Amino acid sequence: MKPAAFDYLAPADLKEALTALAEAGEDGRILAGGQSLVPMLNMRLARPGLLVDVSRLPELGRIEERRDVIRIGAGVRQVTVERRGDLADMLPLVAQAMPWVGHEQLRSRGTICGSLAHADPSAELPLCLKALGGSVTLQRGRKSRTLSADEFFIGMMFTAVAPGEMIVSVDFPKREAGAGYAFRELARRAGDFAIVGCAAIAHAGGAARLTVAGVADTPQALDLPSGSADWDERINDFAWSLGARDDLHATARYRRMLVRRLGRATLEEAMSCRA
Amino acid sequence: MPRMKAGETREIQFRLNGREVTVRVAPRDLMHDVLRHRLGATGTHVGCEHGVCGACTVQVNGAPARSCLMLAGQADGQDIRTVEDLCDGADLSPIQAAFRDNFALQCGFCTAGILMSLDALFARDPDAGETAIRDTLSGHLCRCTGYAPIVRAALQARDSIKGGQTDA
Repeated sequence: MKPAAFDYLAPADLKEALTALAEAGEDGRILAGGQSLVPMLNMRLARPGLLVDVSRLPELGRIEERRDVIRIGAGVRQVTVERRGDLADMLPLVAQAMPWVGHEQLRSRGTICGSLAHADPSAELPLCLKALGGSVTLQRGRKSRTLSADEFFIGMMFTAVAPGEMIVSVDFPKREAGAGYAFRELARRAGDFAIVGCAAIAHAGGAARLTVAGVADTPQALDLPSGSADWDERINDFAWSLGARDDLHATARYRRMLVRRLGRATLEEAMSCRA
Repeated sequence: MPRMKAGETREIQFRLNGREVTVRVAPRDLMHDVLRHRLGATGTHVGCEHGVCGACTVQVNGAPARSCLMLAGQADGQDIRTVEDLCDGADLSPIQAAFRDNFALQCGFCTAGILMSLDALFARDPDAGETAIRDTLSGHLCRCTGYAPIVRAALQARDSIKGGQTDA
């Protein structure tokens, strides 16, 4: 299994990358960490005419703390975020999800934004983006636009990134005062794709949000009001609303059961760790 | 660097096991193929070629990484370490010796990758516990041993590396 032939550009700066990508249109792909794209190249599921390697562009390698969000550039590797202690405090959900992203040997090169671009329905980082209400900034030439998770994730491995466009950064909202965060997932073996992944946020006021990956084509969220006694019923309705399907790894019924049980357990964990 | 056409090759330079090497690569060349076929470093094994099995794991700037998911061109200017660098002449490294002591390999196909991951783990965390060791091993498939002897060997290696440091 070897990639089909392609042209390769390691641009000197972001401008050169964007120009080349815009010229290539549908034939161009961004290479950053390569941990999702290179398997697709090797299996020839992807056959781009041009790869633009942005992994060494300093403009994309930054992690910036802003007022309400942490902005992570498209070149930032997963391991960098995983090992930064201050980020664990500011982005508790992302920090809890990170050890579940593939294996250590993949996180050493894989990027945060690359995982979003790949948009696997069971992936942890898209789940965190949806759960936290973060946003992705895309750029094509000089034009940039910022999209929410719902605008960005269109379907299974299908995003709003247009030909000639690339992700330049992602914003994850910082820890909310008094809130609790929890992440859990079930996979056959450590590091496998999740059968179901759950992220829960328990707000200080008593309301909560459960977000689920691995069931629908894109991550989906359920907002639970404070003080209501019918969470189980709401979670059950939510589980049915996701359109679970049978596949090689699990039946639709098993996935709904996981949304109910693992979802509930994740919510309880988030509530118990409210500050 | 100007755009490389699919059929073109260019010269890249990187450190391989402590020495500078120069090699010509095409855009589509994968790292493991360049290591094995161009540079003769056949200790790195090639299994699934899509990042699942871990056999081809090498160290890139000290971190374990799949050489099948890396374009050779991306190694330009980097520090690459392969299993050939572990032993000192005929003397096995503590991890290799522990693998032999514990029968932690049978066919040996997965071993080179596992050794490189464990070597990186102990360099980063000399006190790595069994949980961390198992987490690192989860990135590797072994179809012979059932993993238990590999975990035993890793624990012994960790202790012997630490012991060695105390004596020195």
